[in-house]
Amino acid sequence: MNNPNFDLLMWARGPGFDIALIIFVAGVVLRIVEIVILGRKKDLAPAKGSPVGQGIKTIFSRSIPRKGLVQYAPITYIGGYIFHIGFFVAFFFFGAHIVFLDELLSFSQWWPDAISFQWPAFGRVIIESAVALSVLAMIALMYTRLSDPVRKALSTFDDYLVWVLSILPMVTGYIAVNKLFGDPVFMMALHILSVELLMIAFPFTKLMHAFTFVMARYYNGSIQGRKGAES
Amino acid sequence: MANKPMLPELMKAHGVSRRGFLKYCASLTSLMALSPAMMPRVAHALENAPRPSVIWLSFQECTGCTESITRSHAPTIEDLIFNAVSLDYHHTLQAASGHQAEAAREQAMKDNWGKYVLVVDGSIPIKDEGFSCIAGISNLQMLKDTAEGAAAIVSVGTCAAFGGIPHANPNPTGAVAVSEIIKDKPIINVPGCPPIPVVMTGVLAHILTFGIPELDELGRPKAFYGETIHDRCYRRPFYDKGMFAEGFDDEGAREGWCLYKLGCKGPTTKSVCATVKWNNGTSFPIEAGHPCLGCTEPDFWDNGGFYKPLSVPAGDYRKLGLAAVGAGAVAGAAGAVLARAGKSKAAAAHENVDAHDLEKKS
Repeated sequence: MNNPNFDLLMWARGPGFDIALIIFVAGVVLRIVEIVILGRKKDLAPAKGSPVGQGIKTIFSRSIPRKGLVQYAPITYIGGYIFHIGFFVAFFFFGAHIVFLDELLSFSQWWPDAISFQWPAFGRVIIESAVALSVLAMIALMYTRLSDPVRKALSTFDDYLVWVLSILPMVTGYIAVNKLFGDPVFMMALHILSVELLMIAFPFTKLMHAFTFVMARYYNGSIQGRKGAES
Repeated sequence: MANKPMLPELMKAHGVSRRGFLKYCASLTSLMALSPAMMPRVAHALENAPRPSVIWLSFQECTGCTESITRSHAPTIEDLIFNAVSLDYHHTLQAASGHQAEAAREQAMKDNWGKYVLVVDGSIPIKDEGFSCIAGISNLQMLKDTAEGAAAIVSVGTCAAFGGIPHANPNPTGAVAVSEIIKDKPIINVPGCPPIPVVMTGVLAHILTFGIPELDELGRPKAFYGETIHDRCYRRPFYDKGMFAEGFDDEGAREGWCLYKLGCKGPTTKSVCATVKWNNGTSFPIEAGHPCLGCTEPDFWDNGGFYKPLSVPAGDYRKLGLAAVGAGAVAGAAGAVLARAGKSKAAAAHENVDAHDLEKKS
């Protein structure tokens, strides 16, 4: 006799994860390698300053909104912050995720004596508050997207798909951990499967910004630096 | 079975007081997740229940389930409950052997046709019936014959309930659970490797008093398999606080922190281990410092490794991941080279066109 819910969980942890991992890794590497090799046209003008300093500075400075923009679009900025921070807290500091990342990236394997390389996990109150705030922020962001005619007109299928794929792991994870409804094993399987969908879509949607933002910001900053300007 | 004493006489014989009996009934009532108001009914039913014949068949198993039930808090009222049934056939416990033992089984079947309770521990090999035989009768045949006249079947232990260890990959004997073979009888699965003694006696008591208990989708009594071990674990507060043992001898292990990272299957395992506990309520595996193996769940032997945490991928993904890095890099480089070639080609094919040319063309 089998437990179909457990079989689904094992599929999600086994072949499902393998498929998602291959697409995710190959896709991300493909896109980054392509961008780097394509390169940019050589700037023949004499440099008036160093591109490196401004480039590195811009990677961080673009995380801070420009003056006045928070007042101009408060939900977009504040909601954006809450979502990103909440997602990061839940992803990197939930115990079950830490052990997953450790296994995947083999921190403990590379440094056998450094099992303590695993960073400390946050408590349930912090993780679940972060997830709840993240989900609320995403709902608010979707509201502004739909209520503002300009944003609505600019939105593509990609935007809605990415929104659904990003909110699903948080909702299913919250339900699985708290056993809100459904079989807990089934909900855990659903949570892992939702993450796998996110992984599969990752290289082919705007989710790639999680990797490319560094390159893009450095590029923008370095142009200014080369011209002797502040970025 | 008129020659066998009823429960009141047995109580006297074992020196159990009325008060002791009622206390047991109260704990049994709560264990079976019944309302406290049902306690007098449990007592009444146990006192007046006719002693059903029980035939216990052991197939591909390790006798751990029998060991577990016979060593239950003995000698207390639990084994009295066991005395409240007429155990007419049980390899390990009966004095008779060989043909005499089989004759006892056949006699019990004949005398109680359609009324006896069949308890099975161990899985049944179907790849070749001859893999496991008793007195020249294959397990498959004996199960089919004995199940025919049974009122209900109790599959005790994970082997009988879900196939268990003999069913584990690569399953050389083609071992299956009782429910894979018998389809026309009520089957109560009491999984565990072994099951908790009081759960086995509790299920038998329920059959004795109120008939078949309410079962979940895997045929397990909801009263005993309704909640996960994780939900009732005394180490749960550490999970909630994010405090985990990272090894078996680190500070976390010594302090009794959560064993999730050491592969504990508590979150996906339904059983009353954490509340009823083992050895007269002394402790349970997690309390002894070892992660739960998930033994009350189907295929627990093959569910990704005992020491792999539940959130960790179960497959051999590392090589695939490295191959994906290589494939991605090659594909990315090829894409970039193609794009560059396209760009050079476009530059080479570029023609200077002015307004006059365009006018001429149009």
